[in-house]
This record gives sequence, structure tokens and C-alpha cells, in this order.
Amino acid sequence: MALAQEKPQVSLAPQPSVVTANGLDLTFQTADGPVHALKGVDLDIGKGEFVSFIGPSGCGKTTFLRVVAALEEPTSGEITVNGMSPEEARKARAYGYVFQAAGLYPWRTIGKNVKLPLEIMGYSRDEQERRMRSVLELVDLKGFEKKYPWQLSGGMQQRASIARALAFDADILLMDEPFGALDEIVRDHLNEQLLQLWARTEKTCLFVTHSIPEAVYLSTKIVVMSPRPGRITDVIDSPLPRERPLDIRDSQAFIDVAHRVREGLRAGMDDV
Amino acid sequence: MNIPLAAPGAGAGRSGRVGLWLRGVADKALPVLAVVAAIFVIWYAAAVWMNSQWTLDQAARAGQEVTFSEIVADTLTQDRPKLPAPHQVAVELYDTVIDKEITSRRSLVFHAWITLSATLLGFGFGTVLGILLAVGIVHNRAMDMSVMPWAIASQTIPILAIAPMIIVVLNSVGVQGLVPKAIISAYLSFFPVVVGMVSGLRSPQGMQMDLLRTYNASTAEVFWKLRLPASMPYLFASLKVGIAASLVGAIVGELPTGAVRGLGARLLSGSYYGQTVQIWSALIMAAVCAALLVGIVGAVQKIVLKRMGMSA
Repeated sequence: MALAQEKPQVSLAPQPSVVTANGLDLTFQTADGPVHALKGVDLDIGKGEFVSFIGPSGCGKTTFLRVVAALEEPTSGEITVNGMSPEEARKARAYGYVFQAAGLYPWRTIGKNVKLPLEIMGYSRDEQERRMRSVLELVDLKGFEKKYPWQLSGGMQQRASIARALAFDADILLMDEPFGALDEIVRDHLNEQLLQLWARTEKTCLFVTHSIPEAVYLSTKIVVMSPRPGRITDVIDSPLPRERPLDIRDSQAFIDVAHRVREGLRAGMDDV
Repeated sequence: MNIPLAAPGAGAGRSGRVGLWLRGVADKALPVLAVVAAIFVIWYAAAVWMNSQWTLDQAARAGQEVTFSEIVADTLTQDRPKLPAPHQVAVELYDTVIDKEITSRRSLVFHAWITLSATLLGFGFGTVLGILLAVGIVHNRAMDMSVMPWAIASQTIPILAIAPMIIVVLNSVGVQGLVPKAIISAYLSFFPVVVGMVSGLRSPQGMQMDLLRTYNASTAEVFWKLRLPASMPYLFASLKVGIAASLVGAIVGELPTGAVRGLGARLLSGSYYGQTVQIWSALIMAAVCAALLVGIVGAVQKIVLKRMGMSA
């Protein structure tokens, strides 16, 4: 990658890799000709990291997440998830995926929605019940298991969908703009809760977002991407501490990181 | 959504609540009553107009002058009017529904039941066939490409043309009675079910399908946990169309055989003997049956969707 020299020095204690991508290319054949969704993507994500992918529409951030989840097949290049191919990783239940919309089934109660992956993966009834209760408590939805999705607010529904992704104990959480449809106030609150959840569960999070403050607030590593072709323009290892109160966003370090993200996004636009 | 925030008029006293309820009924009933009244007015006017020719002819033959009030009185009481007046149909309905033993051949309830049993059996056949075809179409590419054109073609053939052939063919292999009528009825009712169920089974969007893929769910699990429950509102919408079509099919199935039992037979014999009153009461009975069947499907829909938590 051209901008590799801009990468800061690797953080002090290198963790084992969870996701590694080498020269990843993905081209969609469309009626209007080929679309380069990903071009030459190299990335290494360590265990327990919180990695945000930020960039304008069409920069391939969602596509990259879908490649990790084996929902898309790369055209060329290599990618491993937990040391396996994405397909194998899926079969090994390595990740939980949270989509942009909560996508809860309207005919299932919140509890039954959370149990959906557990039913498919063949957990016993007692175990389903136990896990459902524990993850609902984790996302602060205790007591809502008998409610139907329409009885919950948008933010609560999205929390339920996170609980569903957590229920089967995958160590990777893939989140595709999970709070994109929510208002700023709810989003702040959920960001804070997500950080606490991440600290408690020590999962590796891959998080796609449009929002610079959200990316800087949540991440230990920020991947800045740009479109046509979709590629990485900057990878920023955040100097912020893992413990992050909401008012860290007024600190100089936070503003500096946000500034660098903005620069990266602008540089990506200039190349086009 | 039926969030029980506060029932309308919850703060009002008992009498206030009854008042509100009455007003609610009146609000709903008034437009219906107005339409019914309009229909009766038009119907009576049409009966006078259409039957007056016969009255005038009779009077001319007898060399009599008739006043307008005499014309009106006569047109509404003829034995074989071109268009029977509503009260004549009502009297005939009363005679044949209430006054006769329901096992009697002269009871309209008896005939309605004959037709209804064929309708229900045909509706059952049609629904099962429709669902099976839809499942096949959604899961099998070859069926997806081939079945739908045939299903559409089947509905472009006039049912009146194909009904006698179905009856003749089945009769030659020894199938008689209820089943041939039910098959004609199924022929009409499977189609809306196929169309509705194909859309219903395909209604889950990309994201919901992707979610199940991330769980590594099998095709069967996708079907039972996502496609089938998601298709329920579509299924009931098509069942309502399907059951009405079933009734039409059952009546049509009675016509070409010269059947002596069933609403179709009543229509046929009524037209042979110029018994317009009998034809109209059979038609009204058929309409009542259709309304009843659609109402039952609607009630089942409400219960099922409510139990699924999907009632809107």
C-alpha cells in the first residue's frame, strides 16, 4: 500500500491476529461494468481490538465486513479469520453479525429472537433460556423477553439485535453501522454501553460507521477508507486509553485523532 | 399498532363509555345502511320499470286501462317477473330457508350445504396444491422457470369451457359426486394461493437471509424459521380470494352435469322454468355463503396473526 509508511508504530503488546487480509481485491460485475469494491486491502486485526471502518459510501467498508463474514467472496487476495478461511470461521461460529437495521422477527418475542441462533445451533432448551437471560441483561434489556419488537424503541431493538449476536459466544463481533438509523442522543448512550460491553466481554469488534466522533470514541484502531476503488488510505492506532468516559471527546488527544481521520478522508477524496 | 396507552374514553364514566360505543357503531353502520337503502331504492325502481311491460301487455289484451299505482302494485307481485322485487326474494328465502326441513330437497340450506361441501373440499385441495407449488417454485430453479407460466395459462381458460371436460374425464375413470366439483373449485382457488405464497416466501429481505447465513442455517431452517412465518400475511390475503373463487368453481361445477342438488342446480332449474325468484334467492344465498366464508378466513387470520404477535 502506498500510504503504508504513514502508519504509526505498532502498539506495544502485539496480540495474536484475529483477522488478516493480504492484497484483498473484490470486483462486482454489474450491468454498468465492473465495480472495484475493494482493491489491495492489507489489514491485521489483533485479538481484543475495537476496529472502526470509516469512509464515504462506496468505499468498501461494508463489503470488507461481508468478506470477513463469508457473505461475499473476494476476487483475489487472502483473508483469514481466526486463522481459518471465512467460510470455515462461520461454520466454527467465530463471529456474530449486527446489521444496520435490527432485523428482529416481528413474530418472535425479544427472548425468542435472541434464541434464534441458539435454536439453529442446537443448544438445549435450558441452555437457550440461560444464555438468552444473560445476554439480555448484558445489553440492559432484562425483563423485556416477553415483549414483541414493535413494543420496543429503535434503540432497544438494536440492543436486542446485539444481544442476539452475542448469544452464542462468538469472539468476533461484526457491526455494520448498527446505530446509523438512531438519533444522536440514543447513539451516544449506546456507544457508551457498547464500550462497557466490549470491556467486559473482551471481544474483537469490527465496526462500520459514517461518524467520525463515533469512530474515534469507540476504537483502538481506525481504518480510513476511500471509494473508487475501495481501499484503505490510513490506519490510525488510537492513543486514547481503553477506559473512556463520554467527556473524553473534549480532550486534545481525541480532537487530534478526529483531525487525522478527517485528513485521511479528505486525502482519499483528492485522489479520485 | 395496538399499544394500550389509554383506551379511548377511558376517563369517561360508564354512561359516557356506552355513549361512545353507540356512536362508534353508528359511525360504522350509517354508511353501510345508506348504501343498502340506495340499493333497495334502485332495485325497486328497476323492478317496476322492467316488469311494467308485462303488466301493460296484459292490460292491453284485456282491454283495460291501468293507473300508475296499479302498475306499481302489479309489477311487484308477479309470479315470474323479469326482475323480482326484494320482498319477493325475501319471502322465497324465508320459505326455503326457515320453513323447510333442512334435509328437504326444497330447502335452500340443503342445497347451499351441497355446494359448500364441494367448496370446502376444493378449497382444501387448492390451498394445499398452491402452497406445495409455491414451495417448489421458491426452492427449485426448474420449477421457478416452468410452473408459473402454466399456472397463469390455466387461469386464462374459461372455467365454463373446462368444467364439463373435467367432469367427463373423471366420470370415465369412475370418480363421481363431490370430488369432480371440488377439483373444479380447486382449479380456481390454487392460483391466488400460488401467487400469494411465492411473494410471501420471497418476502424476507437480503438482510434477514444474510443473518441466517451467518448462523449457517440449512434451507429447511430458513424455510421454517423465516420464510414460512414471513409469508403468513400473504397467505391469508390469498386465501380470502381463493375461498371466494372456490365457491364460484363449485357452482360452475354443478351447471354442466345438470345436477339436481346444490346452488348451481337451483340456478339451472330456475332458468329452465323461468323461476326468477328462485334464481335470485339462490344468488343471494351464494353471496351470503361467500361473505360467510371470507369472514371466517378473516377471523382465522386475525387470531393467527395476533398469536404470532403480528397483528397490526
